[in-house]
Amino acid sequence: MCLAIPAQVVELRDGDNAVVDLAGVRKEISLALVENVAVGDYVIVHVGYALNKLDPAEAEKTLKLFAEMGGVLPEDGPPTLH
Amino acid sequence: MTDTRKSYIRPLDIKHGQVDMAHGAGGRAMAQLIDELFARHLGNDYLAQGDDGTVLPATGEGRLVMATDAHVVSPLFFPGGDIGCLSVHGTINDVAVMGARPLYLAASFILEEGFPLADLARIVQSMAAAAREAGVPVVTGDTKVVERGKGDGVFITTTGVGVLPPGRSLSGRQAQPGDAILVSGSLGDHGMAIMAERESLGFDSPIVSDTAALHGLIEAMLASGAAIRVLRDPTRGGLATTLNEIAKQSGVGMMLQEKALPVKAAVNAACELLGLDPLYVANEGKLVAICAEQDVDRLLAAMRAHPLGAAAARIGTVHEDPHHFVQMTTAFGGRRIVDWLSGEQLPRIC
Amino acid sequence: MKYIDEYRDGDVAQTLAAAIRAEADPARRYHFMEFCGGHTHAISRYGVSDLLPDNVKMIHGPGCPVCVLPIGRVDQAIRLVLEQGVTLCTYGDCLRVPASNSLSLLKAKARGGDVRMVYSSMDAVTLAQKNPDKQVVFFAIGFETTTPPTAVAIKQAAALGLKNFSVLCCHVLTPSAISSILESPEVRRWGTVPLDGFIGPAHVSTIIGSRPYEFFAEEYRKPVVIAGFEPLDVMQAIKMLIRQVNEGRAEVENEFSRAVDREGNLKAQQLVAEVFEMRKQFEWRGLNVLPYSALRIRSAFAEFDAEKRFPLGYASVPDHKACECGAILRGVKRPQDCKIFGTVCSPENPVGSCMVSSEGACAAHYTYGRYKDVG
Repeated sequence: MCLAIPAQVVELRDGDNAVVDLAGVRKEISLALVENVAVGDYVIVHVGYALNKLDPAEAEKTLKLFAEMGGVLPEDGPPTLH
Repeated sequence: MTDTRKSYIRPLDIKHGQVDMAHGAGGRAMAQLIDELFARHLGNDYLAQGDDGTVLPATGEGRLVMATDAHVVSPLFFPGGDIGCLSVHGTINDVAVMGARPLYLAASFILEEGFPLADLARIVQSMAAAAREAGVPVVTGDTKVVERGKGDGVFITTTGVGVLPPGRSLSGRQAQPGDAILVSGSLGDHGMAIMAERESLGFDSPIVSDTAALHGLIEAMLASGAAIRVLRDPTRGGLATTLNEIAKQSGVGMMLQEKALPVKAAVNAACELLGLDPLYVANEGKLVAICAEQDVDRLLAAMRAHPLGAAAARIGTVHEDPHHFVQMTTAFGGRRIVDWLSGEQLPRIC
Repeated sequence: MKYIDEYRDGDVAQTLAAAIRAEADPARRYHFMEFCGGHTHAISRYGVSDLLPDNVKMIHGPGCPVCVLPIGRVDQAIRLVLEQGVTLCTYGDCLRVPASNSLSLLKAKARGGDVRMVYSSMDAVTLAQKNPDKQVVFFAIGFETTTPPTAVAIKQAAALGLKNFSVLCCHVLTPSAISSILESPEVRRWGTVPLDGFIGPAHVSTIIGSRPYEFFAEEYRKPVVIAGFEPLDVMQAIKMLIRQVNEGRAEVENEFSRAVDREGNLKAQQLVAEVFEMRKQFEWRGLNVLPYSALRIRSAFAEFDAEKRFPLGYASVPDHKACECGAILRGVKRPQDCKIFGTVCSPENPVGSCMVSSEGACAAHYTYGRYKDVG
């Protein structure tokens, strides 16, 4: 449900719009649903609208949590596929 | 006896003129369109014969391969090409993936009344350039005009003839368990270049269509001596559809490695935005090859030595499977089916 | 792609898989429902279930707006096109949904109807602006994520004074659907459907926040972990759910903290509240009529309400008798338990709602997972 993707704001435009970039693909979107977005911010884009700003610190935290899993690898080696 | 005066024919106004019904009515206007536009750009000795059909030299040994393809594309001009060169490449590729050397093309145009002659000239020039570069001349053609609203600017049908040298046999029925699956380069470039131009989706991207004639690459591959069993160009429906066709025809299953699939970052990104899968997006200058496992290195080296195969990669293996599933080990480490395309691939929001 | 690729890393997935195995108690069985089609899609497309231990089972929930859209609503859209002659704009997802009389919006287009696919609600407003002589209707579907963009479009149309733009509003509410699953007799009374927790919506929650799920955790004693739509997010959420179950907790936890907080997007919520109000009831495909489960346009914006502008009665259309979508959506049955799955009902010819969108449980299983059925 609700396909949305984080993309970086590279330009602010008139009419509460902005241009976002995703790996070289650029699209004009609306900022009507968000506040205080600046160039460089990452926003979550859905049907041409930014839904929210992405919090880089929280993103980092989540990745760190994944990384910490390394510490709990069982002794009997890597897992096998089921 | 009075001298017959040489009548003055006003040249076609290519810059501002438009196609009208007379251009397809068989009279002077049509003759003029053919002379000043088609013959001028596509011209060659065969086309110059000017008869209802073209007389071609008999080919020596080998069998004939013939393929036809109707080209409709919107928009007509897209990054990396247009309907003109596309209609040349598409049919050459259909002949070439049979292992044949493409020799001649026929082209028929359905033009919509009101279509700008300037655009038509651009398209015909692009066709001519593509045919010249490929060394496959357009030797006969036809033009019809339909009323405004009954066409989409231009439809082009091209038919190609080639000769299949003795001893060559390529078919979608020949994939065998244990064979390797290769692709000649990045996936989804053409379809995404087209989609980026659609008004309703409009985005800016560095993606250009990969439209190209593959017969040179194919000759190089066949010359490598590798035991190639199947060649096919994954156009509409993308790689996934082509592989499913082959799996069904050959009665085998396939296992792909997602990590090995060559997809450009921008194509991936555009797919993410639109909710599409690059495996189902069209290509116009790529091929799938299935060969014996022991020939993989030799074939890959031959492909990579050719500019159109520089990014060639081995992407999977054929195996026995009574269900003829095409499956994939995901980059994530899981497994999934890569099914036939169902319906048209539409951008989704959910 | 930053903030995407890191969450799809296959090596980290192996580590997380090991952590899940270490966390899961071999003596227990765990049944979690991923509510959203987005999670269903991620699980199927990346093959996440292959990385889970056998005693952790995922149940695919009803969180796919196309799947829960009742046939009667698509019929209304088709009638607008064929009988009222409007220009109907909608998202690509809606075009192939089968409706009554073997029609769909694509087939209505083939019959001469003016149906346009749009990427954004704003494209529909622009179309109305450019074609003042045409009635343009935006067929709006979706959960809380997709509602605010529709609200913006209606406000924009009002600001522009458009007289030829209206919306057929089919926006639905996530918490109502979760309630209906938890209230279903199989879960609540009979216990025939073991349900140990939920993976909560990603993008819906960016708008509504994590607070609305607290009720489910408290009232029904079910843990909820809100998770992003990338496969590592899903795996991490599964691990968090297992831990909650093991420790006997039932709390709302947030794995998707990079985009979701407790309050959600207040600006978007305010816009939605200004333009929409609750419907007393709304029919969901597969879940029947649910009270206070959808939105309609407020009377202040009545001129933009297609249901008021055009004569559009609603007629409910029952699903095919053999179709098990209702049971599948509630987690009572699996797609492969349905007699017509993969035979009469396939993505080419979907009979039930779960086969309609690639996010539906049946379509996801058909498209990505059938290899599991053949050993």
